[in-house]
Amino acid sequence: MINSKYFFEGLQALKKFDSPAIALAASFIAIGALLKNIGFNIQQSFLSTFLTYALPGQLVMAESFFVGASLINIFISVWLVNARLYPMTVSLMPLLKEDSQPRWKYYLSCHFLAVSSWLIMKDRYEKIEQKHRIDFWIGIGTGTWATAIISTLAGYLLSDYLNKDMMIGLAIVNPIYFMCMMIGAMKSKDISASIILGAILGPLFFLVSPEWSILYGGILGGTIAFFVGGYR
Amino acid sequence: MSELSNNIILVILVTSFATYLSRFLGVVSSEKMDIRSKIFKWFNCIAYAILASLIARMIIFPAGELHESDIFVRIFVVILSIIVFLFTKKNLVYPTVLSAILLASLNNLI
Repeated sequence: MINSKYFFEGLQALKKFDSPAIALAASFIAIGALLKNIGFNIQQSFLSTFLTYALPGQLVMAESFFVGASLINIFISVWLVNARLYPMTVSLMPLLKEDSQPRWKYYLSCHFLAVSSWLIMKDRYEKIEQKHRIDFWIGIGTGTWATAIISTLAGYLLSDYLNKDMMIGLAIVNPIYFMCMMIGAMKSKDISASIILGAILGPLFFLVSPEWSILYGGILGGTIAFFVGGYR
Repeated sequence: MSELSNNIILVILVTSFATYLSRFLGVVSSEKMDIRSKIFKWFNCIAYAILASLIARMIIFPAGELHESDIFVRIFVVILSIIVFLFTKKNLVYPTVLSAILLASLNNLI
């Protein structure tokens, strides 16, 4: 069903020098502590990372819940902040496609799609035979997802020992990890242009429309970069 | 208490549904997509640009705890971490661990 050789190879990504484990652990420890502080119990905190597994979305959920936003408002703001997952999925799944593989693997494993797993898979896919990519991906996904869940529980239990400065220290790890991974990914003209333009336009749009800034910055920056790259 | 607890479960389910929706629709849209097509390349550029937007926003206009640190201190830590990253043959452990310790200590001092 799932080729265990490739599954475990994917899982091993957690042990490599570019392992996402530290960044994931730091940010989900912070989420666990935050969820405890706003009144979630440990089962609910577990469930949140288990089912959602998307950091910005969980942050938005926590903030909206804290100010007593309605369910429909929570839905819209979470959808907006996590809408980035749509182009990320579209730009990854076709690379993993293989006709002999069952479809459920794709619909289930898309749950593992997050910035960390995406960046690693984008970096590695060419080295893996097309046929086995999906199993490798399920391995990476299982590892990163499990790391996030365990870290949420750890953060929940440790929250009394984490002071403000430590929480701030934990919160910077994730953007630093992502930024370094992105710099590492700048190997072609169109991708480098996408990254630079996105990084400039996102914060600029934030001044005009905080909620939509990431989508505006990404779509505009990506489209310009697509044409700059000569859309070969 | 049980009403609040039910409410929390609902909030979690709504958040998870809103999140899975984008992943699910992504798989649906990519069913027939050819990786050599222009539309695939366009989506690829958008995905990288969206991530860069998100990361830049997380550093310049952060939500949550990071908001309480000084922006210049954050940018200093970011630049230093990138230098460490480039000088350690793109090792990711050093810059990430360094950034946490550095920002927590600087924030404590200031």
